[in-house]
Amino acid sequence: MSTKLFEVNKENYQEEVVGSKLPVLVDFWGPRCAPCLALMPEVEKLALEYAGKVKFCKLNATENRRLCIDLKVMALPTFLFYKSGEVVDKLTADEVTKESVCDRLKSFV
Amino acid sequence: MENNYDLIIIGGGPAGLTAGLYGSRAKLRTLLIEKMLAGGQIATTDHVENYPGFMTGSGQKLTEIMENQAKKFGTGFIMAEVTDVHLAGNEKIISTSQGQYKAPAVILAMGTSSRKLNVPGEEQFLGRGVSFCATCDGAFFEDLPVMVVGGGDAAVEEAIYLTRFAEKVFLVHRRDALRATKVVQERAFAHEKIKFVWDSVVDEIQGENLLERVVVKNVKNGRVKEIAVNGVFVYIGFLPNTGFLSGQVQLSENGYIIANERMETSLPGVFAAGDCRQKLLRQVVTAAGDGATAAFAAEKYLEELR
Ligand SMILES: Cc1cc2nc3c(=O)[nH]c(=O)nc-3n(C[C@H](O)[C@H](O)[C@H](O)COP(=O)(O)OP(=O)(O)OC[C@H]3O[C@@H](n4cnc5c(N)ncnc54)[C@H](O)[C@@H]3O)c2cc1C
Repeated sequence: MSTKLFEVNKENYQEEVVGSKLPVLVDFWGPRCAPCLALMPEVEKLALEYAGKVKFCKLNATENRRLCIDLKVMALPTFLFYKSGEVVDKLTADEVTKESVCDRLKSFV
Repeated sequence: MENNYDLIIIGGGPAGLTAGLYGSRAKLRTLLIEKMLAGGQIATTDHVENYPGFMTGSGQKLTEIMENQAKKFGTGFIMAEVTDVHLAGNEKIISTSQGQYKAPAVILAMGTSSRKLNVPGEEQFLGRGVSFCATCDGAFFEDLPVMVVGGGDAAVEEAIYLTRFAEKVFLVHRRDALRATKVVQERAFAHEKIKFVWDSVVDEIQGENLLERVVVKNVKNGRVKEIAVNGVFVYIGFLPNTGFLSGQVQLSENGYIIANERMETSLPGVFAAGDCRQKLLRQVVTAAGDGATAAFAAEKYLEELR
């Protein structure tokens, strides 16, 4: 069983991520990023596990380049963790594995 | 029982995937453990044209076929990182983030990781300009100047890839000639967006929020200059992913696994395949060859054990 992640973009980022009451995880990915695509099904499983506790979003970086640069995200995969509109944790590039995402989630909630 | 196999393969690059194909076709209960991306390093490059039978295409496409082929014959896959192994004796124990797995035969196919520059600024700008994966991050640098460091195949091929996005690509190499394959060199020399910076090494990476410039030193005359770029892609060689073996099998001075023609390591029942092995040519085709040999040798070993 898996679920699709909530798709965010430059239009709804403020409202859906920054303005969210629940803690948010944002998975920055791109269609050419092989590690991102490999990890996505695992993140979808985690989304089920954390349903109601953490809001899982994904953002296609290639379609939202300016927003990414404003967020200082210039590598894929990157995960940003938000609480009350603030970035409280970040995983990027080589740091990203299924394990590191799981670990950070545990300390996040 | 369910964590017991005939053959465990660590690493899901071309070497591991081929070993999986051969192992499962030999009807061995085969498990492949991969921490992240089945396909390995080659899955992160956009252009492969030297794997015979595959004219040209992305590494991801190539390894997707390899993965499906291994799965078709029954290779089991799990996504987990191997953190510790116990390889002596008849029962090998493989500890991962997802639990323990056991088998009488193991193939080590962990490949290599990118060597870092180890200069000031590299850590700080990781994910904000410093990258080890052009296909992952190249698109962020549309119309911006970038730098590639290195002079081998990976460096030059990725420099060519980056010209799709970047305004300009500086290729910084510590010698005055490239090591890359001749056809690849020719393509790079002919490309108007690629500018070569010879005999030079990176001294420091600088910027405010994002990467803005790189300090480069000429190794011949000691002269230092700043080059304004927003991205630095590092391809200065590789280090074998053999740390967790903690010396249980014989390694070369540089940490590569020593194996013979049958891919046997210094321990019975433990085989090595692909880039993590001490060898002359580290490519997909040789990794696949190693994987096939290792699985075949493992099959023979298991027959004798019975
Ligand atoms: C940019 C670039 C371009 C290239 N271009 C070409 C080309 O055009 N043609 C060509 O033939 N070759 C090319 N190569 C070389 C080619 O990628 C390698 O030779 C090939 O991938 C080696 O395969 P491998 O299976 O030995 O190792 P890898 O592909 O490195 O795979 C090893 C796998 O093991 C996994 N692993 C490591 N440690 C652990 C652990 N502890 N637990 C679980 N899993 C682990 C890794 O995640 C990885 O997926 C290129 C390399 C690069 C970097």
